[in-house]
Amino acid sequence: MLALYLREAKLGIRSGSGALTGVLFFLAVVAVIPFGVGPDLNFLARIGPAILWIGALLASLLGLERLFQADREDGTLDLLLMADSRHMVALTVLSKCLAHWTTGVLPLVLIAPLLGLFMNVPLPGLAAATLTLLVGTPAITFIGAVGAALTAALPRGGLLVSVLILPLTIPVLIFGVSATRGAVAEPDPFLPPFLILTALTLFFAVIGCAAAAFALRGAAE
Amino acid sequence: MRLVAENVSGERGGELIFSNISFSLDPGQALLVTGPNGAGKSTLLRVIAGLLLPAEGTVQLSGGGETFPDAKAACHYLGHLNGMKTALSLVENLAFWCDFLGEPLLSPVEALEMVGLGDISHLPFGYLSTGQRRRAAIARLLVSHRPVWLLDEPTAGLDRTAEARFAELMRGHLGDGGIIVAATHLPLGLKGARELRMGE
Repeated sequence: MLALYLREAKLGIRSGSGALTGVLFFLAVVAVIPFGVGPDLNFLARIGPAILWIGALLASLLGLERLFQADREDGTLDLLLMADSRHMVALTVLSKCLAHWTTGVLPLVLIAPLLGLFMNVPLPGLAAATLTLLVGTPAITFIGAVGAALTAALPRGGLLVSVLILPLTIPVLIFGVSATRGAVAEPDPFLPPFLILTALTLFFAVIGCAAAAFALRGAAE
Repeated sequence: MRLVAENVSGERGGELIFSNISFSLDPGQALLVTGPNGAGKSTLLRVIAGLLLPAEGTVQLSGGGETFPDAKAACHYLGHLNGMKTALSLVENLAFWCDFLGEPLLSPVEALEMVGLGDISHLPFGYLSTGQRRRAAIARLLVSHRPVWLLDEPTAGLDRTAEARFAELMRGHLGDGGIIVAATHLPLGLKGARELRMGE
């Protein structure tokens, strides 16, 4: 499993484009917001964490459809599925998801505080947004794996993946944003939504990987 | 160890492609699956590999012990696709498969020397020609031990020398008590191999 993780991470870094595309898209989304809503600094600071979350969510959907498609096209997927008596397919999916998250989504989390400055988000808000993104974005990848597995056989599944999984990522978005707001706006609590966010990630780490494994096995032909 | 297929039928997209295929193979035996295009050779191999469920019948492996509990676990599958990443070097590709598949046999470098790619083992897979890619995929069969080799048009793209070398590797595998099931149009240079003609 470690071998698979390392290989996938290596592939992700070597192809390079994935992380860069995501970061640029994230930058584009965040950079156009102030132009759209006007230069009201207080207002920007208030919606800033939410914009960071929406931007990161959309950016992390990019490249998801290649998660299994690339393996399917070069025949790797067959061999991964055949090895299921040694490596459970769900664990194989988990390794691939973690590698995808490390190379494609972690850069988004790391750049989030910088982009938060564009939105005049105060320091505690930046820290909270980064922390919630760090904890919450893996859930998006695990949910995305299900969509990617279902559309692995389709030639242009990219948009379909996004449409399929967006409704499922809404809870992650809600609790991510409310935890971030809880850290900044005083009456709102931080810990309860943050713990629910953590639970969502753990929950989807199991459900998402198992469902994706099931979908992959069903799609083999 | 014994690989047995009983009354296997295969379908694709709900259409029956072949039916009532039966064979049994003991260690050291090879089966050549021949027949016209569309006769279901590749489908049969995918059924044996456990990638497709048979419409009817069973494929079973007995005597594999704990290491190889079912036919799927005991098979190397060399399909039309090579299963290699173009961005990684040959050694990196093979080292991964050796690690992932378990039961290590030859080291990646040794395996590449066996197929005549020893001196370009550092090149990315994407730089290679069709025949060299095929040879690299064949090297995957050597880095990890599996008693059954399922080969789908294994010599497609190989030149004469590489073909002869591959025939030698297959004979070596059979000599070690392995089993080979190969779908092919070309003679593979295996003496005494049984033939299963499909689509007639």
